[in-house]
Amino acid sequence: MPHKTLTFALMDPPYESANLTTAFRILDAAARRGHDINVFAYEGASALAFTRQAPHPNPVHGKNVAEENHPTTKDQVAALLAEAAKNGGKVDWVNCGMCVDERGVNEFVPGTRRGSPADLQKFADASDNTLVIPTK
Amino acid sequence: MAKKTLNIVESAYRAVMEEQDDTILWLLAAMQGAGGAHTVVLRGNAVNYAVAGQGAPGLTVGQWKQTQAPKMDRDVVDLVANRKIPVFVIEEDLAERGIERRDLVAGVEFLSRRALPVLFAEYEVVSHW
Repeated sequence: MPHKTLTFALMDPPYESANLTTAFRILDAAARRGHDINVFAYEGASALAFTRQAPHPNPVHGKNVAEENHPTTKDQVAALLAEAAKNGGKVDWVNCGMCVDERGVNEFVPGTRRGSPADLQKFADASDNTLVIPTK
Repeated sequence: MAKKTLNIVESAYRAVMEEQDDTILWLLAAMQGAGGAHTVVLRGNAVNYAVAGQGAPGLTVGQWKQTQAPKMDRDVVDLVANRKIPVFVIEEDLAERGIERRDLVAGVEFLSRRALPVLFAEYEVVSHW
């Protein structure tokens, strides 16, 4: 399969919709194939890589922290970066700077960075394709 | 004395993978545990929560794997059997989706759209989720 550069624009915040689950399934598939991946995390999605996310116990489920193993998107972002690197691809994950400031989520998973809409423009211009997964 | 509350749940499968449950059914279970007196009506796409045998594989991203993916039928059974929360399902919404009564978990009750407003009179609070 030829090497591609793919750009994704995400908008949904963690824990609000199924869009991010779909997005991470696609991102994982791209990373496993060694494609280069650009992500512009816009609006609520700028919290995906926030490092202070923490798993919690779930008393309704009757499970402690380990048993519940609650997903955090910061772990999914870190796993995506590692998977891409393992397969010879790279991930440029940009967190919209104004968006993270608004939300107070200005601490990112290492390997992701702060950016602006100009990054999305550059990504789209340089990519084989761009997929937007917007909030609806 | 807690107010009797009827909860109509219509939004379905919103973020269930990330939360590993439905946030409203979870909330009601927790409130019931805090002394509430809740009843659930599943309508619209949410009727599918009562279909037995469902479940999604956990999300995988690289080496990260989800181990506790949601099972909505299990959570409905938990409401009925363990939390003592009655769960109704709207019959017409089942029929529109081709879901037979025999497809559902045990313990759910059936309600027509026409009968739903009648049920309102039995409750002090009606919440539409």
